[in-house]
Amino acid sequence: MRMPVPDPRVLARRDDIARALRNILPADCVIADADGARVYETDALTAYRQIPMVVVLPRTTAEVSAVLSYCRREGVKVVPRGAGTSLSGGALPLADGVLLSLGKFNRVLEIDFPNRCAVVQPGVTNLAITKAVEHAGFYYAPDPSSQIACSIGGNVAENSGGVHCLKYGLTTNNLLGLEVVLMNGEVLRLGGKHLDAEGYDLMGVLTGSEGLLGVITEVTVRILKAPESVRGMLIGFSSVETAGDCVAAIIAAGIIPAGLEMMDRAAVQAAEAFVQAGYPLDVEALLIVELDGPEVEVDDMTARVQDVARQCRADLVRISTSDAERLLFWAGRKAAFPAVGRIAPDYYCMDGTIPRKRLSEVLRGIGELSRRYGLGVVNVFHAGDGNLHPLILYDANKPGDLERVESFGADILKLCVAVGGVLTGEHGVGVEKRDLMGVMFSETDLRVQQRIKCAFDPESLLNPGKMFPELHRCAELGRMHVHGGKVPFPDIPRF
Amino acid sequence: MSLRPADPQQVQEAIAWAAENRVPLAVQGAASKSALGRHAPCDEILDLSALSGVPFYEPEELVMTALVGTPLRVVEETLKASGQEMCFEPADYGPLLGRPAGLGTIGGVFACNISGPRRVKSGAARDYLLGAKAVNGRGEFFKCGSRVMKNVTGYDVCKLLAGSFGTLAAMTEVTFKVLPLPSEIHTVMILGLEDEQAVVAMTEALQSPYEVYGAVHLPKAAAARSSVESIRAAGKSITAVRIEGPNPSIRYCGGHLREMFHGRGALAGLDEPQSQIFWRELRDVTPFVPLRDRTIWRLSVTPSKGASVVREIEKQLDAEALYDWGGGLIWLAVEEHGSDRAMSDAGIIRRAVAHAGGHALLFRAAPDLRARLPVFQPQSEGAAALSLRLKESFDPQHILNPGRMYEGL
Repeated sequence: MRMPVPDPRVLARRDDIARALRNILPADCVIADADGARVYETDALTAYRQIPMVVVLPRTTAEVSAVLSYCRREGVKVVPRGAGTSLSGGALPLADGVLLSLGKFNRVLEIDFPNRCAVVQPGVTNLAITKAVEHAGFYYAPDPSSQIACSIGGNVAENSGGVHCLKYGLTTNNLLGLEVVLMNGEVLRLGGKHLDAEGYDLMGVLTGSEGLLGVITEVTVRILKAPESVRGMLIGFSSVETAGDCVAAIIAAGIIPAGLEMMDRAAVQAAEAFVQAGYPLDVEALLIVELDGPEVEVDDMTARVQDVARQCRADLVRISTSDAERLLFWAGRKAAFPAVGRIAPDYYCMDGTIPRKRLSEVLRGIGELSRRYGLGVVNVFHAGDGNLHPLILYDANKPGDLERVESFGADILKLCVAVGGVLTGEHGVGVEKRDLMGVMFSETDLRVQQRIKCAFDPESLLNPGKMFPELHRCAELGRMHVHGGKVPFPDIPRF
Repeated sequence: MSLRPADPQQVQEAIAWAAENRVPLAVQGAASKSALGRHAPCDEILDLSALSGVPFYEPEELVMTALVGTPLRVVEETLKASGQEMCFEPADYGPLLGRPAGLGTIGGVFACNISGPRRVKSGAARDYLLGAKAVNGRGEFFKCGSRVMKNVTGYDVCKLLAGSFGTLAAMTEVTFKVLPLPSEIHTVMILGLEDEQAVVAMTEALQSPYEVYGAVHLPKAAAARSSVESIRAAGKSITAVRIEGPNPSIRYCGGHLREMFHGRGALAGLDEPQSQIFWRELRDVTPFVPLRDRTIWRLSVTPSKGASVVREIEKQLDAEALYDWGGGLIWLAVEEHGSDRAMSDAGIIRRAVAHAGGHALLFRAAPDLRARLPVFQPQSEGAAALSLRLKESFDPQHILNPGRMYEGL
């Protein structure tokens, strides 16, 4: 992976920069020794590592602002980092960059039940928000599988999803307000406790911007009342096609489950061996359906899903009779990744989204690629919203395996785009899929996006080398080239 | 003059010509909301109403693509035939803005980010916009987003386009998420509450697990203009919450909500057909349509503070309010004044809103007022500067709806 070439002039001033940062922050909030900085060398995409030049851990918005102002003045790049759980290398440091950790922003600032929201600092973990409000029967809906560890600031940066997106949306659909510091040190407060933006939806474009547009220093999230009743169903099928048809049939029946997951045979086998969730071992595909709401409504939906499953020739339908059983249904799915870790030395998790009905075609294509590359693959799938997670099995110690995995992964994502899908459903582009952006977007599409970057950070100092395959200078991007403007629209009707 | 391109290619040609010659364009669909926003007329109109049709709709995938000029009612009818709808309930503000009903286009809905009473539970138009094709002020045809539900590839440019009133790009096509129609809609009402009590009741309902899909309050004057006979006849204020779902669920939730409201005032209900009428009139702010000689403001505030904001304003102005979104959205009809007095009225309203957290949009006023007063909430210096940089990244010469949102933007 090619990263921007480190600037020798910045590297030469490393000690001066560390000293200057120690003037802005308390000494223990600046880490400049290689051993201390090594802790931050990678995120959850561990194939890529880079020790940052300096690590800073500011404690307040004013300190973040001062650090960014200084870095901008001095032309020093900055990589923001939450909990470092990015699966796409979003927090991969730069050799000539300051790694800005939001680790000290770890407080829940306000819980406002009447307005159904919580104001938190960005370093608070996703799960901690739910923990802070569950005594009153509330929860925070988006639940990425890293929710114990991942921070809400990182969730905003990546627009994280989870298994309940179909019904409850991604992070962007559950935000009310942000405080953000721009690269020039300016602090903006966007949104609040009200429900819509006054001008352009700046919060909307910051969400999912992967730390390229600003540093999030405060987040106001919507919290929801927990449903009265939640029920799980396991539905087994003798083919992936019929399972896929059943997903479409459930939705066509007007039912929006809270969760709708699919696992293929290999995933079911691995998960069952690992956690003994009681999964049937003789199925080719297993659906996990979660229904929530008032009990009577859940009863009604359960009966209807059961009917649909029967019509879809399901081989097995099991309905949870207790919360413990429902959680057991999930235990296998939630442990799918570590379970796969037991059957292969390493695995590489992909993240494309496809139109649901192309599922069997895409799985067939992945099977063919698997044979061609000689690498095994296990599929788990957020079937409700079409988000596919193929796990490619490999051995990092075998020379050439990682390169083959990356090439296999790229082919899977190209297949997703070819059937009308996208490169990433929830993990982000980061460094991982950066060079594939051209598969999905035209040169013009990418220029439109890069000019947004220029509006926020004209010197491209914030998290450069992520998301875009090529760095263009803003002056060049901003230039006007009008094509065909001289022709006075010969064919357009005028009135 | 009006340009009426027949396809996206011609939209690109028209904007390229305008960019080359620095001709400001008023970008519009059916012009049903042309009276909304700052009054900043352009010599040329870019009329997108000929871009009409639904090239792609897959009900089982919950997704539709429509050309921007497609009439809203065509989109709604197409969806209804498959038992689906746009969950955010786009309003028809035509009559409120002095135009006929039923004119709006799907492009206008997303360009203005218009959402109805269900917004409080199910999200806004911007939450459902999955993808778009558009031409920016450089004459570049581009796409953003996709047709799938879950997508984080690149910046979420759709969010910027939603609610940008055509000032960044002229969209040619929108792709959005749709959802099944609820099997039934019912309404539980409390009669005779004061505004403060109503906001408390709505807050409690929205905090409950009883699946409340809407919470509105019509003070007595607005209730008297309802088209639902039983509400008019009651002669009192109405606080209403909406429940949806299969019948057993409605009975269950309705029962619990009635219990919750017990002792606060007389309770009443609306059945399915009446509920449909009632929530549509709330969505379209129909009770304010007859107030032709009043200026209409739309306030978006911290929901629990809705009533106190109105009280603060009423101390100084003759105003009538209508509450949606559990108190978070307030429609305010104030006495019409000439420009100096109107300026001071705006100050009173915006100070009260700022104090509670939120913003105020001057929704309906005479063109001269909309030319002189800030129509959208004035932004902080930083947000305004950033908005201008974004505007210029899309439209460096300010040829797309210049000044429609803010002066100089």
